[in-house]
Amino acid sequence: MVNWNLILNIAKTHLLTKVKQTSIAALGVTFGIGAYITLVCFMTGLNTMLDDLILNQTPQIHIYNEIKPSNQQPISLYEELNNSIKVVHSIKPKITQKKIHNVLPIIDYLSNNSNVEAVLPQIKTQIFYIAGSIEIGGNLTGFEPIKEVEHFNLNNYIIEGSATALNNIDNSIIIGAGIAEKMSLKIGDRVQVSPLEGGFFPLKIVGIYQSGIADVDAIQSFTNIKTIQRILGKPKNYITDLNLKLYDINIAPQLSKEIENQFNLRAIDIQTANAQFETGTTVRNLITYAVSITLLIVAGFGIYNILNMLIYEKMNDIAILKATGFSGRDVQLIFMSQAMIIGFVGGILGLLIGFGLANFIGTLPFNTEALPTIETYPINLNPLFFLIGFSFAMISTFIAGYLPSKRAEKIDPVKIIRGQ
Amino acid sequence: MMEPILEARHINKYFRKPVLFHVLKDINFKINKGEFTSIMGKSGCGKSTLLYILSTMDTDYDGELLLNNQLITGAERNELSYIRNKYVGFVFQFHYLLPEFSVLENVILPAKKLGEKSIEEIISDGHDKLKILNIEHLATKRASQISGGEKQRVAIARALINNPSIIMGDEPTGNLDSHNADNVFNIFRQLSDEQNLSLLIVTHDEDFAKQTDRIITMGDGRIIS
Repeated sequence: MVNWNLILNIAKTHLLTKVKQTSIAALGVTFGIGAYITLVCFMTGLNTMLDDLILNQTPQIHIYNEIKPSNQQPISLYEELNNSIKVVHSIKPKITQKKIHNVLPIIDYLSNNSNVEAVLPQIKTQIFYIAGSIEIGGNLTGFEPIKEVEHFNLNNYIIEGSATALNNIDNSIIIGAGIAEKMSLKIGDRVQVSPLEGGFFPLKIVGIYQSGIADVDAIQSFTNIKTIQRILGKPKNYITDLNLKLYDINIAPQLSKEIENQFNLRAIDIQTANAQFETGTTVRNLITYAVSITLLIVAGFGIYNILNMLIYEKMNDIAILKATGFSGRDVQLIFMSQAMIIGFVGGILGLLIGFGLANFIGTLPFNTEALPTIETYPINLNPLFFLIGFSFAMISTFIAGYLPSKRAEKIDPVKIIRGQ
Repeated sequence: MMEPILEARHINKYFRKPVLFHVLKDINFKINKGEFTSIMGKSGCGKSTLLYILSTMDTDYDGELLLNNQLITGAERNELSYIRNKYVGFVFQFHYLLPEFSVLENVILPAKKLGEKSIEEIISDGHDKLKILNIEHLATKRASQISGGEKQRVAIARALINNPSIIMGDEPTGNLDSHNADNVFNIFRQLSDEQNLSLLIVTHDEDFAKQTDRIITMGDGRIIS
């Protein structure tokens, strides 16, 4: 039987008559939560950007036909030599085609897999860029520009022109910034490319690509699938690579194994291809968590201190309340509700301040070679952070208020009254 | 026929710190309804200690305590809080009001805690009690803004708010000048005569004690007379 009305009324009166103390306690929470929100939005924003640097350029599963020696050499099939030592010199890779065999049904099959967000077919080949008598070696990749833009944020790396122009203009190419500079090319110019098999194809430049990795930018160009099939003189079902984007990156290793077994192709998941990526992300996340928890704990101690002082000052009141028939539990609830009110008000203010500061950081200019299209610092205004921040404000004020209020509950009124 | 309000049976109490000390030795007495009793004795004879046991705030004693013929020794803390709230009014030597609250709020707080009446009834009760003590004009003032004598009267009004069975006072006039002390005594006298309220007041003011119905004198932890 708790009279909440009365308890909240007493708590409110205590808080309102000590506005200064109350505000200081609430500000402690506000700054703690505000700093948490700001930092976590900013740090995860940067983390996401750094992750995207990798994720946007590495397919989560890359499927292709690998050229490698057969695992089983014919001699091991010969039963009569089972118990002998076999030495095979100079093993050569097996002759195989570059293209993925029977690719169209495989694309259909993978597209229907519920874990797969998108299947992006690509054709990779070596070419020469021809500038007068000079030939510069390079890579030409054919892909479906719209899908690449949608699933791998290709637009972030196109510093001039647009990827969709590849679809609209026949025989067009997006060329690496490095080659463009070497050959003094700009949008609208034509560049001659020559595949290894020979022949010359003039392509119109509709975009400049910059990944931020100079070695890549010096050789890499993109065109659409049809154009590259035409250059190579291959039919429509000639696809050399399949890139998968998954809904959940964590199932990539397992799925890639299944694909390898099922289709007898090489499938490499992002975790294997970029082992350092995972480590980096984990470490950065760890730092984010460590910083946030520290901030929140500091805020919690502030509240604990103030409430402790408050209770020390209110010893007399506590004794009176108990003498006039308030139970220890009532007294505890009075102080708990003060803590929770401080936590609630401070927490909400903290969320607002954090939101404001994070947005402010989001307007600061930030230029990097690696991400040519990013102009301001990235921030990640994930509602989850606000939820965590608010919950922590409530939980930490609960804990910080619980201990002092437990003390208030145990105060013996006789000691206080007689002690005076 | 005399109806006992409060009865103490074989109450013994020890202080354990700093050394074991037998404060109260086999205390037995009864307070009847409407009786205005004072407890006298030298400092350190245990009279306040006894009062706090009788008030149910101190539970660390041997023996039995009965309020309205009901044994309350060994009751739960929450139950004791309820008993204190409903049946016992307490007036301290120092006023002990909550300084942040208005006079009226201070008076009606125990009634709100008891929660037996609607808030309107409680407020009107509060005004009635303030009227009895002639301090109705202070109702809206902050408790920290009124004089010492007024504070003690507010404290008495608060003790009365739940119409308790007994009012206990621990030297309620000890901190007041003679004028205000007389005033407080007259209020007690009046409550006893007009409302048949039982009072148990610890005091070492002889003039005060002489005017009460009955004096319990204590010495060395025993009741002498």
